Amino acid sequence: MRVLALAGRRLAASLPTLVLILVGLFLLLQLAPGDTVDALMAQMGGGDAALAEDLRRFYGLDLSIAARLGQYLLRLVTLDLGFSAIYGKPVATVILERLPATLLLMAAALSFAFFFGLVLGVLAARRVNRWPDTLISTLGLIFYATPSFWFGLMAIVLFSVHLQWFPAGGFYEIGEGLTGLALTLDIARHLVLPTLTLGLIFLAIYLRIMRASMLEVLSLDFVRTARAKGLTETRIVTRHVLRNAMLPMITLIGLQAGTMLGGSVVVETVFALPGLGRLAYESVVQRDLNTLLGIVFVSALLVIAINFLVDLLYAKLDPRIVSGG
Amino acid sequence: MTALNRRDTLLLGAAGMIPTGAMAQETPRKGGVLTVHFATEQRILNPSLQASTGVYIVGGKIQEALVDLDNDGNPVPVLAESWKSSPDGKTHTFKLRQGVTWHDGKPFTSADVAFTAMEMWKKILNYGTTLQQFLTAVETPDAHTAVFKYERPMPQGLLLRALPDLGYISPKHIYETGDIRQNPANTAPIGTGPFKFVQYERGQFIIAERNTNYWRPELPYLDRVVWRVISDRAAAAAQMEAGQILFSPYSSLAISDFQRLSRDARFEVTTKGNEGNARTNTVEFNHRNPVLADVRVRKAIGHALNIPFFIENFLGTFAKVGTGPIPSVSTAYYPTSGIPQIGYDVALANRLLDEAGQRRGAGGVRFSVRLLPAPWGEDISLFATYLQQSLQQVGIRVEIVRLDAAGFLRSVYNDWSFDLATGWHQYRNDPAVSTTVWYRSGQPKGAPWTNQWGWQSDAMDRTIDDAATEVDPARRRALYAEFQKLAQTDVPILTPIEQIFVSVFNKRVRNAANNPRWASSSWHDTWLAS
Repeated sequence: MRVLALAGRRLAASLPTLVLILVGLFLLLQLAPGDTVDALMAQMGGGDAALAEDLRRFYGLDLSIAARLGQYLLRLVTLDLGFSAIYGKPVATVILERLPATLLLMAAALSFAFFFGLVLGVLAARRVNRWPDTLISTLGLIFYATPSFWFGLMAIVLFSVHLQWFPAGGFYEIGEGLTGLALTLDIARHLVLPTLTLGLIFLAIYLRIMRASMLEVLSLDFVRTARAKGLTETRIVTRHVLRNAMLPMITLIGLQAGTMLGGSVVVETVFALPGLGRLAYESVVQRDLNTLLGIVFVSALLVIAINFLVDLLYAKLDPRIVSGG
Repeated sequence: MTALNRRDTLLLGAAGMIPTGAMAQETPRKGGVLTVHFATEQRILNPSLQASTGVYIVGGKIQEALVDLDNDGNPVPVLAESWKSSPDGKTHTFKLRQGVTWHDGKPFTSADVAFTAMEMWKKILNYGTTLQQFLTAVETPDAHTAVFKYERPMPQGLLLRALPDLGYISPKHIYETGDIRQNPANTAPIGTGPFKFVQYERGQFIIAERNTNYWRPELPYLDRVVWRVISDRAAAAAQMEAGQILFSPYSSLAISDFQRLSRDARFEVTTKGNEGNARTNTVEFNHRNPVLADVRVRKAIGHALNIPFFIENFLGTFAKVGTGPIPSVSTAYYPTSGIPQIGYDVALANRLLDEAGQRRGAGGVRFSVRLLPAPWGEDISLFATYLQQSLQQVGIRVEIVRLDAAGFLRSVYNDWSFDLATGWHQYRNDPAVSTTVWYRSGQPKGAPWTNQWGWQSDAMDRTIDDAATEVDPARRRALYAEFQKLAQTDVPILTPIEQIFVSVFNKRVRNAANNPRWASSSWHDTWLAS
């Protein structure tokens, strides 16, 4: 129960932050030159001034900034995210359409990075300063230093164009009318390359953190005690060290959930996936304020939810957090 | 056939050199799915409400216009079977095709034409609002006759050349109730065209399928058309190579990929089929800056640019030197002689700048300007850098200010906060549609792609106005020759490069590029080889 109270308090504290972010973003976007009608004109290739004025009225841009901000916040209280200028639909609908692809990609990439980061980190720590450690660390550094769009494109060139193992883009095969298991497998096939591309960069971070954390825990007194008891090295690692070394990794998941929502813009663009990142990018370019604020709102909720889960997980891994306070 | 001939044919065939036209002899195959690259998603798909290539590429297969253009750029019947104009140019009568039905089964009649013209073209459609400004009424004496009445003379040549782009018809029974801009049919269009709208998944794809009730018997050949949304150029090229898309329209790939794919026997990279979508790269001057208000300075800037060098090294075979606002592909209006040209001549540029009183100061710099490049197109970005370096050589310091689309339009055409700007001028088959507005004074502030330069010339204004209402084709042609000459003499803006959009086809696509606005046209006779 104490855990829930603790996490609940955190949850309440994040609400003012959320409002601040939304207001800040609203004002920030007012500083960008041009509005959604200018963006539309650019897309149309021109139109006369009367038409532009007409459109500004249509999108409600003839009101003052304060009036529009007030309207937006009032609507938000009733959980109405407004109407999207570029999509001509309620923002909530637009975001809901995009959420599955984003969540799937995020979950897959995070799990991939977490699992392999953990395994490789442990391996590197156990062979510290010997060749497996050097190899793993070097690979990690290469993954971390390579831009994801390049990774993505090279993966497409190799696996889609030359080997033809995986599709070059898209979320599922269009017009095949697949359902059930066939559809699941098809989506999985489409997500392999994007997951690898997005996951590899994060893998490098998890690997480094896990390695460092393992080395630190391995040098602690209770490990020496365990060794003195005559436990095997494998048992020491799995039973005693791993659990303690995992804490920083869990922290990282909470932090990176947010990064990954934004960081997937590039991957979504390269692989033509219908995710939130691309939607956010488009709404900035098109100055579609409602959609952008809606995405920020939903992303913030997601990050808060994930951090809530992380808090719960902490307590599970380290009972001292609950009892110690 | 002699042995030699046969061998030549084989060689040509093996190298994939047989042009698309030569394959017209083959028997078209029915069936297949044409997958198309869709680079920029649009807010709506209805071409009677928005005139842009991004809408035509989809909506142009689902809805149809009154007329289209044939291989030689002449108007041919689509929903209108024939037309007649009164000698004063104020009345244009269209006989409409009979037995055409909308995709929902309702018959197509003159009421649809009248409704679309008055409520959409005249009130909402960009460029349509200007073109149809003096349209007073569309009379419908019977279900298959539409009579367009104009307050001022409307040249038939202008109307017919504008209508393929600005003459798409929408169903009245769908649009007559409620706000037109919010009609659900805007993103799920209902038309009379060869393909019926099926599904639009935002950010992913659009599907249209064969209209089994199409008025051209036995057509179309294709079962389906699928547009795949791919915003990344490099990824789109990879999908082209992986066979996931068969056609990429309107220069949507990277210039380096055009060159790479054109060496690949599976693909055809061509400007053919885009002649109706010519554009010129521009250098726009802010004449409110007293330095740039001097015609000698503007000409000097033109003389400082080695355009053939730039084209050869950056754009390749798909561009040529611009000779004025009317591009050379516009056979109906392009004046062949008597137009002054501004060639590459650095010495002359320096002399003109000296004469204008812009002497070199500290560090050899005469003056500094801010250049705003438009964010659409790799070539614009390259050209901006080239401008900067070329002008440095004649002592003009250029600061490049990069903005996104909304920012660029606002800064240049509304806030007038620029010295030089560079982007594209789109030519749409007749100078009166979207070209003369770049030169005519009195444009309302904030209208993009119009004369916002602070430049005015009585001779220019008079020529433009006369040509817009001149009914005699020969006299109209002469007036536009005069227009071109004035534009190249006073140089209110520069139009140094002429380009046509580049298409990339997988060679399985047949009957492709067989009219000057093919990417925008209905694809009723397009088919796929197996």
